[in-house]
Amino acid sequence: MPAHVQPVRVYFGVFAALMAFTALTVFASFVNLGHANTFVALGIAAAKATLVILYFMHVKGNTKLVPVVILSGLFFLLLLFLFLAADYGTRGWLGVPGR
Amino acid sequence: MTTTPSAARTAGAAMPDGSPRTHYLNATYGLKSWLLTRDHKRIALLYLVSISVFFALGGLMAVLIRMELATPEGDLFQPDIYNRLFTMHGVLMIFFFLIPGIPAVLGNFLIPLMIGARDLAFPRINLLSWYLYSIGGLFTLWALLHGGVDTGWTFYTPLSTNYVNTSVITVGVGIFIAGFSSILTGLNFVVTIHRMRAPGLTWFRLPLFVWGAYATSLIQILGTPVIAIAILLVAAERTLHIGIFDPKLGGDPILFQHLFWFYSHPAVYIMILPSMGVVSELVATFSRKPIFGYKFVAFASIGIAVLGFFVWGHHMFVSGQSIYAGVIFSVLSMLVAVPSAIKVFNWTATLYKGSISWDTPMLYALGFIGLFTIGGLTGVMLATLGIDAHVHDTYFIIAHFHYIMVGGAIMGYLGGLHFWWPKITGRMYPLFWSKLSAIVIFIGFNVTFFPQFILGYLGMPRRYHSYPPEFQVLNVMSSAGATVLGLGYLMPLVYFIWSIRYGPKAPSNPWGATGLEWQTTSPPPVENFLTQPIVTAPPYTYPAPKRAPEVTRGV
Repeated sequence: MPAHVQPVRVYFGVFAALMAFTALTVFASFVNLGHANTFVALGIAAAKATLVILYFMHVKGNTKLVPVVILSGLFFLLLLFLFLAADYGTRGWLGVPGR
Repeated sequence: MTTTPSAARTAGAAMPDGSPRTHYLNATYGLKSWLLTRDHKRIALLYLVSISVFFALGGLMAVLIRMELATPEGDLFQPDIYNRLFTMHGVLMIFFFLIPGIPAVLGNFLIPLMIGARDLAFPRINLLSWYLYSIGGLFTLWALLHGGVDTGWTFYTPLSTNYVNTSVITVGVGIFIAGFSSILTGLNFVVTIHRMRAPGLTWFRLPLFVWGAYATSLIQILGTPVIAIAILLVAAERTLHIGIFDPKLGGDPILFQHLFWFYSHPAVYIMILPSMGVVSELVATFSRKPIFGYKFVAFASIGIAVLGFFVWGHHMFVSGQSIYAGVIFSVLSMLVAVPSAIKVFNWTATLYKGSISWDTPMLYALGFIGLFTIGGLTGVMLATLGIDAHVHDTYFIIAHFHYIMVGGAIMGYLGGLHFWWPKITGRMYPLFWSKLSAIVIFIGFNVTFFPQFILGYLGMPRRYHSYPPEFQVLNVMSSAGATVLGLGYLMPLVYFIWSIRYGPKAPSNPWGATGLEWQTTSPPPVENFLTQPIVTAPPYTYPAPKRAPEVTRGV
């Protein structure tokens, strides 16, 4: 596998971006956005995770197989959430007998 | 890989019959040479010894369970002791015998040999995985000495989080650590199979055992983290009451079942897929025919591994899961029968007009096919919502999954062990006694577990130490069968140990099989192959070289 070398300033740039996102997380926690709270928090977290995976874990610029492995992991996570939603989303449909 | 200097030395010091004087077993001596080894073959043997210890312990618990159930009254054990017995039986057998079983023993030994590599991709990580397994096992044994755990191997909440006072957390930590061993083994196999195949060994020239091991590894990597988290959450809930599973704190106990079965259902395929791989090898070798529908069998392994993640809710039909989710899981569960049936039909088609020889490994393989089919078809019955509501948590379930795990996974494991034992040790075992053991195990198994289908259908629930007197006849049958089964398992233990010292020397290819592992000496040299093998043909190009005469004659 070819070693993919990146200049140091890329790492510092990513680090700065992560710090900025962290500040944004703290800031967002003081603003009440109603239902959007969770989505904003998770969105920022996902953006940070993507940066870490792409740059710090050297997925960007690596062979194609590496992203495939990562995406298959995410696919199975999605599967877990999907079927959990199938249960929790429909559990109340029939109501409770006798109530 | 080129021939290394030590390999040339080994080749120079050949015995008169052509086998090298030094091999992986006698290259170095001493405890340190074993405990610090990075040789995949030695690590496989370390695993073989450790999983055998856990199999014996789990088996001992089964003996005690069957003794208690010989009479309707709970006269041998108190209920709480009985709860601990069946829990520890499940925990030891599943997490410390079946899941590491075939991948870590046969997979470790065979994958590099089958793909023509010198070792696995990460030999140090391979050794680390054995140490993690051992540490996890010691944690569990320590908990066992301190009263064990009594939640059932499933650790269902709220029982495990709020009510029991046994060593839930210690056993949980043991399973957590052993889980990492499983992940590392899976990772090692995937990387090895992707990157270390011999020149010319394309994906569709791989032996089907390697396909099975590859599919298993995918499950180990993708599924195990989920149960690790689920167990950690149980520990956190017990100690800190964080409210993930406790409705009073806004949690949901059924969420635990979701997380648990997301891993533990695919875990069943961790047990059965490598066994299916073994059976594919055995059926082709002992029918002297190429496997029927190679690509279908190979992709069926991947299909089972992936579909296995879509079906976990069939364990929860009556637990309070939404009935609509239940319907989806029911349909998806039946889909698993498709790739499983592809395998069974293709094995059968391979047997058709084959030149079948009744050697010990073949007897185990044929036993596997029959027992797995019964286990699998009753699984389709259980995937039906209506039937499951009737037999849920009865002995029908117990019988069903023992047909898969014991009749399937362990038959395949023993078949594989008998097939590759000459390669592993360089010795033959007595053919008569080994054939007898296959027959005794097959009979003992059926007498033990078939009555349990009837018991369950009649309504005997699992996990109770006493039962109504009308169930006694079938229970006595089951206990008697378990005695035969136990005897059957002791036989290989005795003659395998006997063979290490007294067994006749095995030739490199006693069964006349194709496959790279048979082209090196028995036992293989440390480097596996003295020259880099090059593959020019698909697998199972039977009819192949003649069988070694001493095997045909019998010993």
